[in-house]
Amino acid sequence: MSTPGVMATQVPPEFTVEINERKCVRCKRCTTECGFEALTYSREYDAIVADDAKCVACHRCVTMCPKHAIRVTDNSLAYKANANFSDIHRKNILKQAETGGILLTAMGCDRDYPVLWDHILIDACQVTNPSIDPLREPMELRTYIGRKPDCLEFDPDSDPLKLKTELAPNLKLDVPVVFGGMSYGSVSYPVHKSLMLAAERCGTFMNTGEGGLHRDFYRHKDHVIVQCASGRFGVHEEYLNAGAAIEIKIGQGAKPGIGGHLPGEKVSEDVSKTRMIPAGTDALSPAPHHDIYSIEDLSQLIYALKEATRYRKPVGVKVAAVHNIAAICSGIVRAGADYISIDGFRGGTGAAPRVIRDNVGIPIELALAAVDDRLRQEGIRNQTSLICGGGIRQSSDVIKAIALGADAVMIGTSALVALGCRVCQKCNTGKCSWGIATQNPRLTARLDPEEGAQRLTNLLNAWSHETQEVLGALGVNAIESLRGSRERLRGVGLDEKTLEILGIKPAGR
Amino acid sequence: MYKRDLEHIPSGCAISGILNRKGKRIDGRKIIKSIALMHDRSNGLGGGFAAYGIYPKYKDYYAFHVMIDDEESRNRFECYVNQHFTVEHDEKIPTAKVNGIHNPPILARYFVKVGEGKLEDAGIAEEDYVVRQVMHVNSNIPGAFISSSGKNMGGFKGVGYPEDIAKFFKLEDYNAYLWTSHGRFPTNTPGWWGGAHPMTLLDWSVVHNGEISSYGINKRYLEMFGYKMELMTDTEVIAYLFDLLVRRHKLPIRIATAALAPPFWKDIDAMPEPQRKAYTAIRSVYGGALMNGPFSILVGFTGGMIGLNDRIKLRPMIAAEKGDFMYMASEEAGIRVIEPEPEKVWAPKAGVPTIGLLDEGVEL
Repeated sequence: MSTPGVMATQVPPEFTVEINERKCVRCKRCTTECGFEALTYSREYDAIVADDAKCVACHRCVTMCPKHAIRVTDNSLAYKANANFSDIHRKNILKQAETGGILLTAMGCDRDYPVLWDHILIDACQVTNPSIDPLREPMELRTYIGRKPDCLEFDPDSDPLKLKTELAPNLKLDVPVVFGGMSYGSVSYPVHKSLMLAAERCGTFMNTGEGGLHRDFYRHKDHVIVQCASGRFGVHEEYLNAGAAIEIKIGQGAKPGIGGHLPGEKVSEDVSKTRMIPAGTDALSPAPHHDIYSIEDLSQLIYALKEATRYRKPVGVKVAAVHNIAAICSGIVRAGADYISIDGFRGGTGAAPRVIRDNVGIPIELALAAVDDRLRQEGIRNQTSLICGGGIRQSSDVIKAIALGADAVMIGTSALVALGCRVCQKCNTGKCSWGIATQNPRLTARLDPEEGAQRLTNLLNAWSHETQEVLGALGVNAIESLRGSRERLRGVGLDEKTLEILGIKPAGR
Repeated sequence: MYKRDLEHIPSGCAISGILNRKGKRIDGRKIIKSIALMHDRSNGLGGGFAAYGIYPKYKDYYAFHVMIDDEESRNRFECYVNQHFTVEHDEKIPTAKVNGIHNPPILARYFVKVGEGKLEDAGIAEEDYVVRQVMHVNSNIPGAFISSSGKNMGGFKGVGYPEDIAKFFKLEDYNAYLWTSHGRFPTNTPGWWGGAHPMTLLDWSVVHNGEISSYGINKRYLEMFGYKMELMTDTEVIAYLFDLLVRRHKLPIRIATAALAPPFWKDIDAMPEPQRKAYTAIRSVYGGALMNGPFSILVGFTGGMIGLNDRIKLRPMIAAEKGDFMYMASEEAGIRVIEPEPEKVWAPKAGVPTIGLLDEGVEL
């Protein structure tokens, strides 16, 4: 077979960049702002010239142009309309015909699957029970993540009250939202720092993802969950003890069944040190952990990690939501996990094959409901906490998730959007103009961790306030009265089976 | 009486309770007078009483009060109860004809013991066995409903105003050291005989003013421990939560109530160790048992009576004492009408239990 030469591409640009000549003052700022080198200055025409093919619609130039002279629009192709072969299908075929490769993409599934959060409505009090005003009454969001006993025992003779039961270590969350795993490498140093500072300020946790933890950050250990994934990047004893909890990453929602994927372009000197791999090499995590081929192997790793940290930290397991998730999670609890992070199929990623991202896994809403049900049926729900994620976009998603049975949610994409991300889905290129999903120092310098931390803190504070408003409207003043209280949810436009799985009634009932 | 439009009355129910700490038994007249005074707090769709110490002759037997639809249901029930218990005595519960009480079910009581060998077969404690059978009857035997199942106590309830229910059941003829009562204003559940208060399980009885807004999770929490919620009402979860926390988990009453209506985190954080650790554990372990929303409840049991309000006291409750008697009611007037000069009257604080216990060594 002969190697084909490089073909001229037939794939049309996705976007059209228009520079308003009259508004443009030729300051050329856009040419340096664009991480994808789509904009250049032409001396010949004294004009900014755009290479549409390179534009990813990250809107860095649009946002930064002092004269608002730049517009990015969809390149509407006027391909002959076809409800089956959409523009996207045709372009993807062209790309593969030219390269013969797997289509790579990034961030969460962008296809038009039903978002069940948007078909669930929340209850409120009227007359028979009073709503509570969160501005005037306490409204408590504190949540403890970790294993809990069935019941407590107290010293009968002791006054003041003294607990006899020995409790397993738990994580204390002031707001039931944690930052999901995003590795150093896939995101930049200032992103990790922003997340860490925000977690510290909001009383919650950031998750290192599978790329280890930069040594600069060891001092933030009380608000960090360290991840241990199949590639074991950056995992050593000191690292395991550098967090408040350890999470074994089995899978992630965007790419169930395959391992993490960091292109060599993003493995900078610092990333290489943190991950303990050579600079510039692809960091490809094996699909499974090669020491976990069964549930009993998982149990061994859980207890190995507990031993390594003297049983002082909760050990959780992160899994992607797949068809048989309820039984899988039941096994994980019995294997000793103190919490489970379930990542729905809309969960984000720094890089994933499109075929997996867009077609594998199940929605978090259904996975969560099924798991919570199963663990309750088996009487083991209290032995673990459930953190769910994969497409959490707003406080109402958080509230609905908790009412379905989650102890807390994790957010990745929402946090990155707060930091400036426009969800252009080009993280895998390492060219992120916002300094988020890149290791290019010229680009990462754009993200000020202090400002980033402030933006994330603001986001979580805003969501907290909104959650408190809804709790008040529901007439309860503690988050535990919402948790798993599906009676306070109703479905609209959902079929009977979906309602049954979610464990909620249709609106009107 | 002028009858207002039901939908425009945003009020709830009336509750009242009387305990004699020395175990001295009094007839039903006082409790009837107290609850009748608060007539306007109920709407005629439910009234009821729990009375403790009323069956001294059968005090070692579980007294099953049963509501039965028809003879066929009675046969089904009796067949089941004979299979699972030894019935010492059964009889019709005496009733009188009363205006305002319509379509009562067949009302009967059975004094039963758990037969020898039954527990060994089931491999569980006697009380758990009884709970299991009561739940089975109420879920699976159509037309039969065990409305109370404790020893030396009974629940009397139905659709009607409480004072009419009292006449119907001839409660003047019973003597009890502890009485609780309820006048119901149902809003969220249909008014049916089984749904009236008190809700009972074993010797636990609950009368409840309010709504448990956390019902959804309390129910699912209890289901994890094998309880079945059949009554379409939030009140039964209260009885079951007390059963779970106090009887099965053996928590002292003060700790159980701290789980059901816990202090706020800001107060827990300000506690000294080891209290802080204890209360933090109570909240994190028993979050599913936290009862949220407006309520005032009276919980009766063999050893006494517990009054409890929600964490921010969204429903009224007054307590009083005179001599060996302790009173709790929705309104002070409900106490003063039967005890005009109490020695002490107070409004229990939000989330703080008012506990009245029989004196130690009292023989019942």
